[in-house]
Amino acid sequence: MTRLRRAVLGGVVLSLALTGCGWAKVSDMAPAAGARGDCGTFNLAVNPWVGYQADAAVVAYVAANDLGCKVVQKDLKEEIAWQGFGTGEVDAVLENWGHDDLKAKYIGGQKTAVSAGSTGNEGVIGWYVPPWLAKAHPDITDWKNLNKYAANFKTSESGGKGQLLDGDPSYVTNDEALVKNLKLDFKVVYAGSETALIQAYRKAEKNKEWVIGYFYEPQWFMTEVPLVKVNLPAYKTGCDADAEKIACDYPVYDLDKIVSTRFAKSGSPAYDLVKNFHWTNDDQNIVAKYIAVDRMTPEAAAKKWVEANRGKVNAWLK
Amino acid sequence: MTTTLEKPAKPAPPKQVDVPSGFRFTRPRAVAAILVGWLLLFTVLKGKQTLSLAAADLTDLHRWFNDVNDSIGANRDSNPVFQYFFNDIRAAIDHLAVFVQELISQPPDGRPLPQIGWFGVVGIVALVSWAVGNWRVALLAAAGFTFLGLQGLWQESMDTFALTLSAVLLALLVGIPLGVWAGVSDRVNRIVTPFLDFMQTMPTFVYLAPLTLFFLIGPASATIATVIYAAPPAIRITSHAIRAVPQATVEAAESLGATRGQALRKVLLPMSRRTVVMGVNQTIMAALAMVTIAALIDAPGLGKTVVQALQSLDVGTAFNAGLAIVVMAIVLDRVTTAAADRERGDFRWRRHLLAAGAVGVAVMVYLSHVYVWAARFPGSGQTGAKIASAADSATTWAQDHLSGLTNGFRDAVTTGLLNPFQTLLTDSPWWLVGAALAGVGAVLGGVRAGITAAVCVGLLIGTGVWSDAMTTLASTAVATVMVMLLGVVFGVWMARSRAVDRVLRPTLDAAQVMPPFVYLVPFLALFGATRFTAIVAAVVYAAPVAIKIIADGVRKVPETTVEAATSAGAGTWQLVTKVQLPMARGALTLATNQGLIYVLSMVVVGGLVGAGALGYDVVAGFSQGQLYGKGLAAGLAIVLLGVMFDRITQAAARRTTR
Repeated sequence: MTRLRRAVLGGVVLSLALTGCGWAKVSDMAPAAGARGDCGTFNLAVNPWVGYQADAAVVAYVAANDLGCKVVQKDLKEEIAWQGFGTGEVDAVLENWGHDDLKAKYIGGQKTAVSAGSTGNEGVIGWYVPPWLAKAHPDITDWKNLNKYAANFKTSESGGKGQLLDGDPSYVTNDEALVKNLKLDFKVVYAGSETALIQAYRKAEKNKEWVIGYFYEPQWFMTEVPLVKVNLPAYKTGCDADAEKIACDYPVYDLDKIVSTRFAKSGSPAYDLVKNFHWTNDDQNIVAKYIAVDRMTPEAAAKKWVEANRGKVNAWLK
Repeated sequence: MTTTLEKPAKPAPPKQVDVPSGFRFTRPRAVAAILVGWLLLFTVLKGKQTLSLAAADLTDLHRWFNDVNDSIGANRDSNPVFQYFFNDIRAAIDHLAVFVQELISQPPDGRPLPQIGWFGVVGIVALVSWAVGNWRVALLAAAGFTFLGLQGLWQESMDTFALTLSAVLLALLVGIPLGVWAGVSDRVNRIVTPFLDFMQTMPTFVYLAPLTLFFLIGPASATIATVIYAAPPAIRITSHAIRAVPQATVEAAESLGATRGQALRKVLLPMSRRTVVMGVNQTIMAALAMVTIAALIDAPGLGKTVVQALQSLDVGTAFNAGLAIVVMAIVLDRVTTAAADRERGDFRWRRHLLAAGAVGVAVMVYLSHVYVWAARFPGSGQTGAKIASAADSATTWAQDHLSGLTNGFRDAVTTGLLNPFQTLLTDSPWWLVGAALAGVGAVLGGVRAGITAAVCVGLLIGTGVWSDAMTTLASTAVATVMVMLLGVVFGVWMARSRAVDRVLRPTLDAAQVMPPFVYLVPFLALFGATRFTAIVAAVVYAAPVAIKIIADGVRKVPETTVEAATSAGAGTWQLVTKVQLPMARGALTLATNQGLIYVLSMVVVGGLVGAGALGYDVVAGFSQGQLYGKGLAAGLAIVLLGVMFDRITQAAARRTTR
């Protein structure tokens, strides 16, 4: 048995050597992306949606390749990522959607975090219908006509009313108040995850089904199925002051970056990169599309974008 | 999910035997009377005192949980409990986890690859499997681990394996001594059991956020989350194993002058070894089940691949990673099972062969440390890409061709069964539902079960999510009914045919281990974001255990009884319905119990696909600061539902099998 084992082993080794794997030694390989220069370790939170993944991929790529940082990406939900500011486990969150409660708690209260300015992305939240529906019934994009169609949106979950589908619980949403205050014959049904929401829209477009629900931009799915936004009563400053009485559309969010106080004071070049990082919805959508639709790894997607947009990237590094 | 309960004793004769004719107040009649009374009162009192609470509303209890959470977060650095207790635990566990990771999965400082490469890991796994089991499982282990590499998932698999190893090690370190203690002391057993129930039924989503608060983001939190979930089976089964050693044997040892310690070491532990190893097996399976959930707090590995693929609805990639988890689970399951079954007293050469093998493996480890080809898995993972695209096309086909059919079925079940039942539960006054639950509990399980049910109802009201709990209860009950239907049909079929058993059993194993996240996307395509989707997901997860228990129960019906019935002219149908099923009554009750617990453990996953209610509350609590307390309360409500049904069905099982 031993002799056999040795023989087999030798054979395997030999054949691998002959097929060109060679006898390259691990110790001769380049070390893992280690810290060069004075950047040190950069802990970047990655919140669970593809748009954010795109932000993180690009910033991480630039930080590692241009600044020589050791970038540690941590997959975390928003709440937990913000928790990490205080304990030093998270340096930066790249795409914050409002979250006034978290800002009050960590920026105002514990003072463990500070804002690092806008990402340049405009966050649009609202109610959307699949393209086929907007084409077949163009007046559906005005909220005043929604009650006319309510019966078509009925499902097994909506208790005789039209169904308004909401998604992930971490979304910022006023939809229950909106339905009530706009006197719509709809019921908010919680799909519970972004996956469920996207699948519902994808299926609705394919089979010409009636679906109306919450959605947002920038979002990679828009490049696959360009959903059409329904116009709610226009947003005016202060119309969303009382959560119970909201009867207007969502504001356009200026998505911003949040960093830990410690990181902001550290003098790390990675902080300057995060602070200067600024791009458009189209930029984000294209990287998100590389990842979600073309199935590239985030790193490869970032590389492709950075190489094509060197000018923008250089502006962040100044 | 693997709540292991004391199995009820041997199946007893059918209950009809002790039900004489006439107007005696029998159990089924009493239950029927309660239900009729409930329905009558419901028609009168519908919609009153339902204790409903809107999605964003909070009670004082929820706010209090929030405040506690916030103050812990704010005072973390100055609190001595953290400085001298939690931080030390965290550091110790972190060291262990990082050590194992650097050994096989993550590059340590100054090295581009982990210390031991794929070639060495495959060698070690094969050698260990051979040493604890036999050469057949060693071959299976080597093939299984090589397959992980061919799938293009070597690094992710090793991350998962490293997490599983450290978590199982810690779980056993705590679990086995505790299990032994609970085995020799009734009092300890009584104290420990409710905690174990709690650890197993509390949805993991609920304690993920607090865990990162206590132990920070990183390997320690991921490991502890896994330990909390994986330790209970080891404790329970060890205690059960110690208890199962015949009293006479222990007494004999003691009469020969053995001290308690000696009796434990020389008699109790060796005699319960086989069962204890099965506990290890269950712990490993539970740890693997946590892989995807732990990914939500940045645990590296296959779970992360699944969760990320889910974000872009990439079924193929998620399936490929899920399959890797299944393969790892099957390998570890077979190896531990072989370890439990292995007879002591080996043939003479075994030891020498093992020593020689160890030398060979040492060479493999050395090669994998030094040379690239043995350190990094060669190839580009083409097998994985093929598996992913096959899974993709199968899903697309199913979505395109079946969704008309599935929608009809969904609507029929929802309007015919789920909606009326849910209305009855959510629109009745709370005291009416409470009284009915306590009444049914008392009739089926006796006075103590009735009291337990009443206490649980009271606590459920205290959680402030009563209405959501009733919605969840309705879905859970419908799912359990479907689980039992499948359980009876397939269980009997498996019990009656060896061939069917051989085909079905591996499929059932895979269904239990495949992370539910993987099949959420296809189910969403087939059934939409509805309560029914959640029910189907729960059934897929819970049916295998019910089927297996029922199959075993039916198979245990004595051969002679079956032969007697056959010779008396009973047809197959009569044989099944009049003899085999009634005699397997104990197994049926146990299957109901386990089916329910498994269904409840899927409530949170259901919340991700449109089930709403408690599942959604828990997910929302994990995602939004203001809802943290409500999520915690919803988690407690799930535990309470679990405890209530567990106690009622167990008491009922004891009565029917008396």
